Amino acid sequence: MSTTTGTPPAAKAGGNLPHTSGGATRILASVGAQNLSLIGALVVVLALFGTLNDNFLSLGNMQVIAEAATITGLLAVVQTVVIIIGGLDISVGSQAGVASVVSAMAFTSTGSNPYLGIAAALAVGVLVGIVNGLVIVYGRVNPTIATLAGLAAYKGLAQLLSDGRAQGYVLNDDLFVFLGRGKIAGLPVMVWILILVAVAAHVLLKYTDIGRNIYAIGGNDTAARLAGISINKYLIAVYGLIGVVAAVAGVLLTARTGSGQPVSGSEGLELKAITAAALGGAALKGGKGGIGGTLLAVALLGCLENGLTVQGVNSFWQNVAQGSLLVIAVVIQQRRSGERPIGLPA
Amino acid sequence: MSKAHDPTPAPRPPTGQGPAGFAGVHQVTKRFGAVQALGGVTLDFPAGQVTALMGENGAGKSTLLKILTGDHQPTEGHVVLDGRRIDLASPAQARAAGIRIIPQEPEIIPHVSVAENVYAGALPRAAGRRLDRAELRRRITGDLQRLGFDKVLDPDLLGSQLTPAQRQLVEILRALTGEAKVIAFDEPTSSLSEHEVDALFALIRRLRDQGVAVVYVSHRMQEIFQLADRIAVLRDGTLAGVQDAATTTEGELVRLMVGRDLSAMFSRTRVATDRLVLDVRGVTTDDVHDISLQIHAGEVVGLAGLIGAGRSELALALAGDRPIRSGTVTLDGRPLRSGSPGDAIRAGLGLAPEERKAQALFLHRSIRDNTSTVVLDRLRRFRFVKRAAERELAQEYTDRLRVRTPSVEHEVRKLSGGNQQKVVLARWLARKPKVLILDEPTRGIDIGAKAEIYRIIADLAADGVAVLVISSELPEILGLADRVLVMQNGRVTGELDRADATEEAILSLAMADDIATVPTPGASA
Repeated sequence: MSTTTGTPPAAKAGGNLPHTSGGATRILASVGAQNLSLIGALVVVLALFGTLNDNFLSLGNMQVIAEAATITGLLAVVQTVVIIIGGLDISVGSQAGVASVVSAMAFTSTGSNPYLGIAAALAVGVLVGIVNGLVIVYGRVNPTIATLAGLAAYKGLAQLLSDGRAQGYVLNDDLFVFLGRGKIAGLPVMVWILILVAVAAHVLLKYTDIGRNIYAIGGNDTAARLAGISINKYLIAVYGLIGVVAAVAGVLLTARTGSGQPVSGSEGLELKAITAAALGGAALKGGKGGIGGTLLAVALLGCLENGLTVQGVNSFWQNVAQGSLLVIAVVIQQRRSGERPIGLPA
Repeated sequence: MSKAHDPTPAPRPPTGQGPAGFAGVHQVTKRFGAVQALGGVTLDFPAGQVTALMGENGAGKSTLLKILTGDHQPTEGHVVLDGRRIDLASPAQARAAGIRIIPQEPEIIPHVSVAENVYAGALPRAAGRRLDRAELRRRITGDLQRLGFDKVLDPDLLGSQLTPAQRQLVEILRALTGEAKVIAFDEPTSSLSEHEVDALFALIRRLRDQGVAVVYVSHRMQEIFQLADRIAVLRDGTLAGVQDAATTTEGELVRLMVGRDLSAMFSRTRVATDRLVLDVRGVTTDDVHDISLQIHAGEVVGLAGLIGAGRSELALALAGDRPIRSGTVTLDGRPLRSGSPGDAIRAGLGLAPEERKAQALFLHRSIRDNTSTVVLDRLRRFRFVKRAAERELAQEYTDRLRVRTPSVEHEVRKLSGGNQQKVVLARWLARKPKVLILDEPTRGIDIGAKAEIYRIIADLAADGVAVLVISSELPEILGLADRVLVMQNGRVTGELDRADATEEAILSLAMADDIATVPTPGASA
């Protein structure tokens, strides 16, 4: 057997890449260039609004930002998971709206039982999420279209259930007050919930075989299928997970505002969630991304929104800024992946 | 099989130094990364002649056509037209210069009419950019009559309503709008019925008589002898010879197509046992019919055939990716569930598919991740992946298969084709399968990596794995396989023992136009 024909020595391939690097470089490398630029942007935003307004960097304002960003953060975390598996969900805001209404109405109609109110919201959430998954997998509907339909339908459902008005009053209940206003170790309970969900999602993605399979499906679904992964099961389960977390967001919305909100608290959250995921480095083609980047992007968006509001910038301009950010994030992604400008993007 | 040539036009000179309309390629070399697809090919396509282009899969026919039509740019050398060097930067430029190709798979827009399909991109316009329907109709009826297609093609049919033959006609009509100097046909008859083929040949002869240089790519000997004036044979990216169709023989062409010696790379002795591992009986899917085959422990079975014979489709069906309509697949006595890749893997079957990037690899993930894909269920506690064990496993197989990489954390997309293929093999070796199907395991990789993959296959067989190797490279099949099955049109057309298997015998089985004409194994050698 001719063993050496055309075989380059192993050292050649190895020599092309730096093997050793200092401890600091290694830590920076593990954080990732994307996250580093997000941290940089965050520092710039904090410094900018901090000099413009003395109050911006105060503990009180930081807490306001954190609380305002929590609901967006929850939706952005699950949005990241669904984007990694190669899907998208633009109905997350409407799902949260349905859950908010259901939690308040179930609470009221069960004689002020908060547990039943929350359980009902979670049940409706998982149901709505699984419906999304089934429509996509078995109806063969593109995820964007399927959840666009969901965006309209679930919003309508919330309005039908609530007759279009805020429902119930929950702030006479200790559990809801605790969820919306309570603090543990100085941090708002809402923020703790976000931390809990984010850590759980991070562990799921990075340390379990389930997470590996989610990345695999988003990275190359044919290869994932040939490797024996039940793609359909995973997709439906991920959409179900979105429903659950969107329901948690809905319950927090109820706890925060004191009543079930069909639309006012949840409209537009899908845009924020997707923007955060894209800014955080989740590739819209699937297979790439992480919870860390998304959380940084949520923080950045939260600070930006708060800072602009404090500076008295018209909220219409804030919408323009948010839309632009989403486009810029995706343009940067596509540039990096070296897409050629021909026809519709993949 | 080599029947009398058609009593068509008078013999023509074998090589044309034609004054006008002279076309061809000069010293064309094309490299894709480390792989050389064409090496210094000089070939002319004289006006008014049909030049057939033959060669095994991977010999460089498609690359040559793509260079001729501006799809690829040559690494060295150039295209010649009208006796002058031309540089074709795009298919549009080649088209404008008068070079046309009829692709194997016609590109048809389904929801518009035949007329609009033909003139797509250059539709006649009336004022205000409106479509000039009257002019469109005038042109299409004119062209259809001129070419004698008016009886067989209704210009008002939608693209989606066309038969395969009609789709081909649309491509031909497209090629003939404007002035065509060179027209290349890429296996045009693969989806045509017999009388459609006759009509196509009549058209090709008419084009030739009008002075067009016709390039005709086909695997079918009979067609080539009916149609061609000259036959150019490519082998391993170089020109193996140009023959005058009137004087050459089928045997001579086959010798030109094969005739190379890679036997030094294969050094395995038969280790097959009698223990039956994979038993496939009467399997029929949407693409293959009534397939039966058996593979024993330690046996390497080669599956030969031309592209489109249904080999990859069979492999995918066995791996559970395509539903099996009837028949059974049994692995070590256990029947496999149709349509479940997971079940096939659990039973001990692995498939390294044809397109490693599209069907096997997660290009943006590490070697470690790609290796552990099908063994995660053995590497986890509760649902947590045991990272240290995973890295160790990936390292072990990366070393064993000599994957050249700085570390197992390296992204797979940064590896060379050969090393990527080794990662795919590492994945399956880590699983320790009982049956491993390798679909074109050495496609597009350099010769050194090829030799290493042959060594891996020999080691697998020595370990008692039942191996099915699908390959379009005959020397590879002959060098590796204990037994060769040949497929054509979704059916197994013959089986050859190692002793009887020659390139000629395999080629006749693979190119047999139907089963009735299959010669007995070895007879044609």
